[in-house]
Amino acid sequence: MNGLKALHKNREAMLLLLIIVSILAISIKLPRFLHVENFSNILSDSSILVMVALGQFLVILTGGIDLSVGSIIAFCGMLGALINMNFPELSPIWCVLAGAGAGAGLGLFNGILVAYGKIPAIIVTLGTMGIYRGFTFVISKGQWVTAHEMTKGFMSIPKVSIFGIPSIIIYALVVCLLIFYFIRYTRTGRELYAIGGNKAAAVLVGIKEDRLQVLIFTICGLISGLAGVLWAARYSAAVNEMATGFELMTVAACVLGGVSISGGSGLVGGVILGALFMGLLNNSLTMFKGMAFYQMFMQGLVVIVAMVFNELMARSSNKVVLNRRIK
Amino acid sequence: MNDIAKSFVSEGRLISEDSLKERLIRLVTSWEAILALLFIIEFVFFSFNAPYFLDSFNLLNASFSYTEKSILALSMVFVIICGDIDISVASIIALSSLAIGWLASIGVESIGVLILAGIVVGALAGALNGLLITMIGIPAIAITLGTQSLFRGICNIVLQNKAYTEFPDDFAYLGQGYLLNTDIPFELVFYLILAVIIGFVLHYTGFGRKLYAIGNCTSTAIFSGIKVQRIRFYNFMLNGVFSGIVAVFLTSRIGSARPNMALNYEMESITLVVLGGVSILGGRGNIIGVLIASFLIGYLRYGMGIMRIPGKYMIITTGFLLIGAVLLPGILDKIKESRKLRRQQKEIDAERSGN
Repeated sequence: MNGLKALHKNREAMLLLLIIVSILAISIKLPRFLHVENFSNILSDSSILVMVALGQFLVILTGGIDLSVGSIIAFCGMLGALINMNFPELSPIWCVLAGAGAGAGLGLFNGILVAYGKIPAIIVTLGTMGIYRGFTFVISKGQWVTAHEMTKGFMSIPKVSIFGIPSIIIYALVVCLLIFYFIRYTRTGRELYAIGGNKAAAVLVGIKEDRLQVLIFTICGLISGLAGVLWAARYSAAVNEMATGFELMTVAACVLGGVSISGGSGLVGGVILGALFMGLLNNSLTMFKGMAFYQMFMQGLVVIVAMVFNELMARSSNKVVLNRRIK
Repeated sequence: MNDIAKSFVSEGRLISEDSLKERLIRLVTSWEAILALLFIIEFVFFSFNAPYFLDSFNLLNASFSYTEKSILALSMVFVIICGDIDISVASIIALSSLAIGWLASIGVESIGVLILAGIVVGALAGALNGLLITMIGIPAIAITLGTQSLFRGICNIVLQNKAYTEFPDDFAYLGQGYLLNTDIPFELVFYLILAVIIGFVLHYTGFGRKLYAIGNCTSTAIFSGIKVQRIRFYNFMLNGVFSGIVAVFLTSRIGSARPNMALNYEMESITLVVLGGVSILGGRGNIIGVLIASFLIGYLRYGMGIMRIPGKYMIITTGFLLIGAVLLPGILDKIKESRKLRRQQKEIDAERSGN
């Protein structure tokens, strides 16, 4: 029991252990799973989830939620692909920039409504989820952009190898480091924890909550926009329905990583490991024959078990603290 | 009567009975009135601009497209008024539908058994939500996010990429039939009856009042002796039951049980509830608003369809309506507040000038 408690205190270690155990368990069944190439594949597959989950993490940290990330991904991925299709001579860098910029703009719109319209984040983003998805259909006129309409340069955005590592992993790594620095070492980042912990107190202390809300929604949108272009390029197709339901996967990755859904607590490391675990789960299930249909069930099960375990452990540690006080 | 007593009386009146004009203003600026006005504008607009819109058969038939989501919204009102949320309802529908389809596929002929199976499975799924939320104490949004995948995941495992399509002949009546010899769909009538029941429970029973109390301040409700956790549990179970009912209708209407059925129904029903004026933070709202909102959205979709406006504009419009629905009451409240302030100022000024 003591070991379990220590593990609960160090959630990142627990998740890491879980990931290693699952990798070992899978590789006993499937020896080819342990190939370096396969790992690079899993990491590439999970990179987008890691990035967007970190954006989602910032929003959840302040006690909000962003349900529109899936639609922002679709819109920006479509925008990037359309720019590439209509102006093939343009460097693909512009597609990435346009996608990220548009994402930031859409996020800004969310942020303004939440901060200055005083509407709960879940309602704003539930609304914009539909609006942005609709915009995607409008700009694409309902058509797909397929692989042969994209230039080679565009499709290689996530695949260019830098020091032997696919660039999509580098993108994710940069986002991880930036968010880590932002959350841990900047004043603004620390203020996010304060808002999530106790909004009224944070405002009384003089934290400008409104501005921070706008900022984090914009960051979340920016990351989602970038992820959208990477998504379209990686799967060599921009589809109107892409990333449907992805918002809930990002929330699930956060919850699995130990982020409190009511705000105020959570660590970058936990979110990254949570997202990686979800990616590993999806990837490994598809490698077994007939197991692909278990994906959704396993995701749900893992999230629920993680939350229940978390809560029960927190309860028992609260009891310990209480007992100590009584003595 | 001296001045002080007079001012007391007038203050008392402020609380108990306002002048007719005040009451009228409050009625006209109430959210339900605005929704009703929007609905009338929409109705008139489509009647003039869309051929075939104003046709009793078409209007009644169009109700098939929105009654299921609206039924879902009814029990969602209870959940949201308590300050909770349930995003697993669409998956519960898929699960209930799976149970109905499976029973039908192994040769169960009795309609009653099929209906009962759908509702019981829904109730069990809702009870699981409720148990996890109230016993373990995890926020509803997190748990229902998990069970959303879990329930639909079960359908994926069982059905894989197949579907159940064999149902007894009479089963189709529930979701496709009309009330004897009329053009009124059975579903629509059932929805209206449910709305009356839910409205009665919410507005005229102790249980309903308790829901508002919980939504307004949970800890006060606990200290007032309201069994908060038990009521929240009932709400989630009721949501499950209603999802089961919707599953019966939906399965009967489309004649198949697939793992991907009712996708996005949870978002659409939450949109109806919020558009209907129920506060997502809990403690505020009524059933009339939700009823009007369901007609507003239902006929907006129908009218736009007749005018051949693509579905993409429909989801954009719904999104803006949802955001507008929450922005507007806030602005209205501010206007009302400033009116009240100005009136009080005027009274004070009048008193001073009188002295």
